[in-house]
Amino acid sequence: MTTSFILNGKKVEVTAASDANLLWTLRERLQLTGTKYGCGASFCGTCTVHLEGKPIKACVTPLSAVEGKEVLTIEGLSENRSHPLQIAWIEEQVPQCGYCHSGQIMQAAALLKANPNPSREEILSHMNAVLCRCGTYPRIMKAIEKTIQNT
Amino acid sequence: METPIKENKISRRKFLKRGGGITFLIAAAGVPVWGLRNHEKETNPGQITAWVHLDENGTITIYNPAAEMGQGTMTALAAIVAEEMDADWSMVKIMDAPVEPEIYGIGWGGERGGSMLTVGSRSVSGHYRNLRQSGAQARYVLLHNVAREWKVDIKELTTQEGHVIHSKSNRKISYGEIAGFIQLPEELPEIPESEWKDPKDFRLIGKEFQRKDIPEKVDGSAVFSTDIMVQDMVYGVVSRSPVNGSKPELKNESEIKALDGMLGVLMLDHGIGLVADSMESVLKAKRNCQISWNGNPKALGHNSREAYEDYNKMAESDSSGNIITSSGNLRNELSLSDKIIKADYKNDYVYHAQMEPLNAVAHVKADRAEVWAGTQAADGTRKAIADHLKIPLESVKLHTCFLGGGFGRRSMTDYVLEAVDLSKAMGRPVKLQWTREDDIQFGAFRPMSLQCMEAGIDQKGKINAWRHVVVGTGGGLLGSGADIPFYDIPNKHIEVRNIDHGIRTKHWRAVGHGPNKFAIETFLDEIAVAQKLDPYQLRRELMKNHPRALKVLDTAAKMADWGGKVPEGRARGIGFAERSGTLAAGVCEISLNRNTGKIKVHKIWGAMDAGVVVHPQNAKGQMEGALVMGLSSVLNESITFKDGRVEQSNFNNYPLLRMEDSPEEIAIEIIPSTEPPAGIGEAGLPFMGAVVSNAFASLTGKRLRHMPFTPEKVKEVLAS
Repeated sequence: MTTSFILNGKKVEVTAASDANLLWTLRERLQLTGTKYGCGASFCGTCTVHLEGKPIKACVTPLSAVEGKEVLTIEGLSENRSHPLQIAWIEEQVPQCGYCHSGQIMQAAALLKANPNPSREEILSHMNAVLCRCGTYPRIMKAIEKTIQNT
Repeated sequence: METPIKENKISRRKFLKRGGGITFLIAAAGVPVWGLRNHEKETNPGQITAWVHLDENGTITIYNPAAEMGQGTMTALAAIVAEEMDADWSMVKIMDAPVEPEIYGIGWGGERGGSMLTVGSRSVSGHYRNLRQSGAQARYVLLHNVAREWKVDIKELTTQEGHVIHSKSNRKISYGEIAGFIQLPEELPEIPESEWKDPKDFRLIGKEFQRKDIPEKVDGSAVFSTDIMVQDMVYGVVSRSPVNGSKPELKNESEIKALDGMLGVLMLDHGIGLVADSMESVLKAKRNCQISWNGNPKALGHNSREAYEDYNKMAESDSSGNIITSSGNLRNELSLSDKIIKADYKNDYVYHAQMEPLNAVAHVKADRAEVWAGTQAADGTRKAIADHLKIPLESVKLHTCFLGGGFGRRSMTDYVLEAVDLSKAMGRPVKLQWTREDDIQFGAFRPMSLQCMEAGIDQKGKINAWRHVVVGTGGGLLGSGADIPFYDIPNKHIEVRNIDHGIRTKHWRAVGHGPNKFAIETFLDEIAVAQKLDPYQLRRELMKNHPRALKVLDTAAKMADWGGKVPEGRARGIGFAERSGTLAAGVCEISLNRNTGKIKVHKIWGAMDAGVVVHPQNAKGQMEGALVMGLSSVLNESITFKDGRVEQSNFNNYPLLRMEDSPEEIAIEIIPSTEPPAGIGEAGLPFMGAVVSNAFASLTGKRLRHMPFTPEKVKEVLAS
């Protein structure tokens, strides 16, 4: 089965079995490994990417569901880490192990795209979707609030 | 050398070839081993310390001897070397050291050449002096060369951030320029400590600078072992024994083999290995396996909820376990006490839950193996692979990768050897991926335990006798943190009684300190309440002969304005703990939804004395992280066994703390110190159980004595 979609602004075609999944396609077939596997069941948010601008969990998304649509991954978020959130993430020294932060940043980017000035409560409930075992939540909050202030 | 499609680091040999600069391989015994050879066979075991590579463009590459699992030591360790060699930090790059413990290892006493085992928060504390020496030696090589080139006395030369300076003749040369004419001295001396940099001249140690690994962790380019791709690689998973020790029998092998994309089925002692051409195919095969699990392993009889009853009996029995410490005459003093206070505390099993599920990539060939893994035990893993395959150590190439969390779990080698087994069977590279369910159900947990506490109070109201019996499983994992070295109690007896349930247990961040400090620090609070004392003042009295500890406690209390006004509906708890040499104290402020039973921690104030702190910004991050991870374990986390099977399977039934339950504010203070560095990564975690329980008691008058404090348990305690 061939699926065509727009990945990080470029048209791609992937031929794979009909049960192909978006996460493994991104990671193993297209070698965009910034999107991570964490739980395979949409609980942890480590695999968060954008589908038509909205955050989705790639691990539970069949490849067929993105036919003709736009998918954005961490690799396509900006050139040279220039997205305001990435700049704030570095300034606030947010990541520790770093494994969840592609998901964290993609989740936060989707929020700010839809709502450039969210309240603290809105940030919390939105960011609840992505787990961080290292406990970087306080710095994630600082980096998001800093991004909002700066833009 | 395999040609990986994607690899996190260039192999050392390739790097050296194309580096074109000079590599300082510094020998402590004054015998430098130079050159671009594979020096493994040529080193003098136990003598060699550190490496610095200098390019003609001025780039300085410093080798990182420890696993980078989020704790940031790859940056801190390089900063120590850079500090002493007076390098320009912006020109410093960091590369994982090759897996050669004779050079990069560290012993438990900080001596060179032990193991490359990243555990116990020991990376900075263990390597600190050696890396200062190595940096000073690298600086010496630079000075030595400039002295020769300029025909001046080496004593007239100084350095300044990437330059050697001869002020007499007003000349200055960059390190990169020196690389152009560098020659290596015949002998490399140990630089006496008196010639090391004066700490008042430090430009990096104790100052603000950024972690080197963060940029690649915000754009998805940081490479974990799960991201490795090798030519002809295929995908493996394993269906493992649901009860530790049971043996698999695959009932539908031909059906599984016939599935699309299936390449191989391998019978392992503890499970069925499956290999296919895609992750989807191999996961489908796993779902479809019909396996009967045979045998009668010990773990089959383990039911964790009921185990506490056995622990109670063990605690009450006359038998004695391992004595952690015993001083004075406890029995006598307890019988003479004016008042005896007792309480028991319980801790469920806890799972590591590192965000990157275990995985490894292996390519086993006829007589050698190449493996990519994120591991806390680099040399132990390399050796385990060699032993497992019965090939010489030199035939195993282990590429270390970033770890998506470790917390103790990645100091084991089980997942790496599985990848090796599958690759050997297939004769091609295999990426072995554990699912989250695998990672939980075949976990190795922080042990469950019961802490039985008893204190004797004398006529003056002082704690005169202290008895603490830890009962649980996991043997040596139980005792850490059970002692109370900073509280002076004349008669004390601390003991561990162990039972083996046949299940897998392992070090988990802070090991026994989490459960033990929960019991100790909560019990002290109970004593304070019973004696109508302020729990902060009670601790002050007990640690009055320990000024550093006292300062830490006072700092946390001051930060929180202990004794000051607390908002309506909230209360505070205080606690103290030492771990890996770091002294830490904390205060938290909570509120409670009495209908749902949900505790909300609003604020945490934390103070620590960790000796010299190399990288304060990161040290604060480590303490924040340890507090949050600690809070997650305290409020949410419990692994339970029924008939030997783990009852949890994913983050829906093993919930980690999420963003909305993270404290609104965390404030950290580091006490300035000139003492040797201590371990920081775990220090914020051990007191979290107690500060929450103590705040809860202050708010409600009821006591939480069983971690985790789930809403159900909270409601039970409120109703009691």
